[in-house]
Amino acid sequence: MIGTIVLLVIIAVLVMFAVGMYNGLVRARNEVGNAWSQIDVQLNRRHDLIPNLVETVKGYMTHERETLEAVVKARQQAVQITGGSIEDKARVENALSQTLKSLFAVSENYPQLRANENFLALQEELASTENKISFSRQYYNDSALRLNNKVEMFPTNIFAAMFNFKKSPFFEVESADIRKPVAVKF
Amino acid sequence: MHELVRANQRRTVILVAFMAFLLMAVGYALAELAVPGAGRVGIVLALLVWGIQAVISYFGGRRILLAMSGARKIEKKDHPILYNIVEEMCVASGTSTVPDIYIIDDDALNAFATGRDPEHSAVAVTAGLLKELDRDELQGVLAHEIAHVRNRDVLYMTMLGVMLMAILILAQIGIRMRFVSGTRTSRSSGSGGGALVIIALLLMIIAPLLARLVYLAVSRRREYLADASGALYTRYPEGLARALEKLGGSRTPMRKASAAVAPMYIVAPLRAAAEKMSVLGSTHPPIGERVRILRSMGGSAGVQSYDQAFRKVTGRPVGVVPFTAMREIADVPVVQPPPLPMATAPFMHVDRVRQTTDILWALNDYIFITCLCETKLKIPPAYRGKKIECPHCKRVHEV
Repeated sequence: MIGTIVLLVIIAVLVMFAVGMYNGLVRARNEVGNAWSQIDVQLNRRHDLIPNLVETVKGYMTHERETLEAVVKARQQAVQITGGSIEDKARVENALSQTLKSLFAVSENYPQLRANENFLALQEELASTENKISFSRQYYNDSALRLNNKVEMFPTNIFAAMFNFKKSPFFEVESADIRKPVAVKF
Repeated sequence: MHELVRANQRRTVILVAFMAFLLMAVGYALAELAVPGAGRVGIVLALLVWGIQAVISYFGGRRILLAMSGARKIEKKDHPILYNIVEEMCVASGTSTVPDIYIIDDDALNAFATGRDPEHSAVAVTAGLLKELDRDELQGVLAHEIAHVRNRDVLYMTMLGVMLMAILILAQIGIRMRFVSGTRTSRSSGSGGGALVIIALLLMIIAPLLARLVYLAVSRRREYLADASGALYTRYPEGLARALEKLGGSRTPMRKASAAVAPMYIVAPLRAAAEKMSVLGSTHPPIGERVRILRSMGGSAGVQSYDQAFRKVTGRPVGVVPFTAMREIADVPVVQPPPLPMATAPFMHVDRVRQTTDILWALNDYIFITCLCETKLKIPPAYRGKKIECPHCKRVHEV
């Protein structure tokens, strides 16, 4: 009699642990999905802002056709890639970030742009969207790491294998120019 | 980051249970003092007093707090940069709803968050804060506030605050009742009642003190955790550290602030009162210590490093970040914020002051007319005339 009760209690505790671990895995996976959609929202926002920006600066930056065309082309590629893998998407979006950066860098040479309120507002919007992209990427990578740890580590890995939880790839930045010090030429 | 929220919840349940126990004990003692044998009724009464207050503050707390502090709600067009910073911090913390944003017409440097959960939250910053802080510093402050919302601090501190208030009220009644009708009840309750009465009275004196200490300790802990989360969200502890330094250096007191909601602010709003008390009697840890912890994180922005820095700076053996949170949240390096774009050039100090005053005037229904000589005329809503003359170039404008 007592033996049966003890056995039942042990089974109940084990089941509760299992449910907890399974729910933890589901929660981690949902968080990753959530974080990913947040990146998408911000990337789309950037795609929407760029035509406006190009339209605004076109009249001023008459000598920067190449820079402008590079931005338009990079945006085109980013918009078209909707179905691709996370790695592809990251590559194209990083390229877009680079072209935008050079556009804003050359825009410093056009003092008249500084007086254009529309341009200033757009610049703040794009700078903030850029921040939001990196913050959402940061949140996504944190969530992905948490899920991956759970998928790999004992004891959650047992359930992960049983219910087919997969590791999520990270959204990496290839920002060689941000991390490394600038080479000085004489 | 969910792990930090859940670890907080577990810890809080224990403390709320302790406070509830104190509250019921005081209720019991109060009823026994009034009518011997009526202790159980007292427990019910105590819970009723608490319940009513809790319901009011749960559903109306946000409105009451915002109205009391004289905060004005703003839209994105009023202050795009502030709005963007709040949005950025929501993205960084994984909060899907952007809180309502308020500006308080006050030159003190402070900010607070309110709302029972992220869906019903609001953040408010003072005009002084908008004038004095640069973008990175403002981001640190708002990260701290969003962390309060995200960690559900507002809800817990309100619930604990309400319990503390109920205990204080009941204990006051008990002590006063004793002095008014004391002799009669003790005589009627006989010799065994004497000891009971003394115990009950002691409880009336000790419970409020104990409850206040618990409340303040929880409040301080929540501040440390919000700092740790703020560093994690921004990946830039220095921003918050610099902001706190400026906030600590400011001597301007808040014009409208209430002790009941002090834990929701980023720094103690009633500074003059706070400075007289010891650390134990304050809702916030000393600002200098908070700054030193943020600066001792050694190139990392993770919660583990915050915990290490906390132990190093305070010399306390036990850290402040829950163990489960440290296990689940990976350590991350500090990320330098990108250089400010040209558009944020108006974010230099002089322009910040002008921008902030303009927003406040616009919120107060002033009309702006920009003259051809680039003078900006600001016309108060009380102005009755149809025309107005520019003070510089004497051009006449239609109002």
